[in-house]
Amino acid sequence: MALIELTKVKKIYKSGVTAVQELNLSIERGEFVFVIGPTGCGKSTLIRMLYREEKPSSGRIVLGGVEVSKLRNNKVFKIRRKIGVVFQDFKLLEGANVYENVAFALEIFGLPKAEIHNRVVKALELVGLKNRAKNYPNQLSGGEQQRTAIARAIVNDPKLLICDEPTGNLDEETSQEIIAVLEEIHKMGTTVVMVTHDRDIVKRLKKRVILMDAGRVLRDFKEGEYANENV
Amino acid sequence: MLMKMFRILFRNIRDAFKSVWRNFSLSLASITSITITLLVVAFSLILTFNVNYTAEMLAQNIEIVVFVEKGVEQEEITEIENKITVIDNVATLEFKSRVAIAEEYMADSEVFAVIMEGWDEDEIPLQDTFIVRVNDNEEIGKTADEIGDIEGVAATNYGRGMVEQLFGVFEIVQTASVVAVVALILVTAFLISNTIKITIFSRRREIEIMRLVGASNLNIKIPFVFEGLFLGVLGAIIPIAITIYAYNSLYTYDLSMIMPIVTLVSPEPFVYQISGVLLIIGVVVGMFGSWRAVQRHLRI
Repeated sequence: MALIELTKVKKIYKSGVTAVQELNLSIERGEFVFVIGPTGCGKSTLIRMLYREEKPSSGRIVLGGVEVSKLRNNKVFKIRRKIGVVFQDFKLLEGANVYENVAFALEIFGLPKAEIHNRVVKALELVGLKNRAKNYPNQLSGGEQQRTAIARAIVNDPKLLICDEPTGNLDEETSQEIIAVLEEIHKMGTTVVMVTHDRDIVKRLKKRVILMDAGRVLRDFKEGEYANENV
Repeated sequence: MLMKMFRILFRNIRDAFKSVWRNFSLSLASITSITITLLVVAFSLILTFNVNYTAEMLAQNIEIVVFVEKGVEQEEITEIENKITVIDNVATLEFKSRVAIAEEYMADSEVFAVIMEGWDEDEIPLQDTFIVRVNDNEEIGKTADEIGDIEGVAATNYGRGMVEQLFGVFEIVQTASVVAVVALILVTAFLISNTIKITIFSRRREIEIMRLVGASNLNIKIPFVFEGLFLGVLGAIIPIAITIYAYNSLYTYDLSMIMPIVTLVSPEPFVYQISGVLLIIGVVVGMFGSWRAVQRHLRI
């Protein structure tokens, strides 16, 4: 069974704007998928529905066997614990250092201190920030802040990592570092869904690419297909 | 499982402490608003209880003085006593002969002692009296009239007019202060809840991140509720200190010159009871205010 299964998903905002219409999509476990398209094409709405920040107006979204679209507001945390989310603006706690920002996700569940320490150190090693653990977000570069956010997203060992334009605020070199980290995480078996505007990255990585426009899937490129396209 | 719960509880308490400290200026705003309103609540509570107490004390001292006609024999006095005793509203009855009254006067004042010393028992220009206390002060006028109608009774006196007026005033003050206390508690709740709402609004990002990493609504609320608890406790410290100090000072200060009819409630355990009430109001309102304020940020 696919990890993510969307059937006839439609999202109309209260303002009357139709962001997503009749969307059918299936993503398998272990895939690395880019979602691209012009601004306002519905790609952000799509992934916001995946981690249940938005509810579809109609249709079904099943994530790892759980019907996310039917999940009640006070049960959302159950799905959030199984996925990691990374944003363009990092969303770090300014008053907490790198270690605390990552540990935060584990402390909520009441894990023993030693286990939290082990997991946080492992996650920070993976993103290459072990020696920055004591620094606060305002002492870090954009790339380091994003790597902190990635460490926080993966510290729970999620099956799915959702990235909403994670390189949107970063220069090219830093973006490549972030992508390298994401690839590393993908290699360890995590499914990655990433929304991006950066076509260079998409072309270089040769992964599956979903091109959206006006709330629909315009094309679904298999691995490597997009690089040869002249779009 | 139990260990896990303890760890979560401990973390919540620690985080609540930390965030009171980290968001110090906003915490200070909440604490100040709690402090000010609790001070006013304390003032109203003390006023209400003292008005009630004074009224009670006064009520206990109200009595009807029954003057027996001159020249009435002992037998008739006993008869009058029996007649007064059977009246429903009469609680206690005490006979005071004119000789006894004269002795009382003489003991009280040297001038009287000198004047009255030379008088024979028959020359004393005073009357035998009964001192009557009643069960229901509101019915005192009616009871005095009934006693007045008894044969052999010359007159009754209880301060007609003044007693009624005094009780009227007390009733108004009592009702007004109860209404004021209730209104104040509601205003406190509203004020505190609003201040905490502002505090939490500034931390919606933190709430958003907590949700994002998989915190349940309860996980998110509990630290804020603990924080509300701390704010309530901190906000209650100054009002409690002022209440204890100011009330004790007021109690030791001789008020009888300014307000002779006022009797203050003894400070122990009164001030501690008031302090307890202030602490409870602070804590409950702080916790409830936080709970409600976070709730608004947990809907998608």
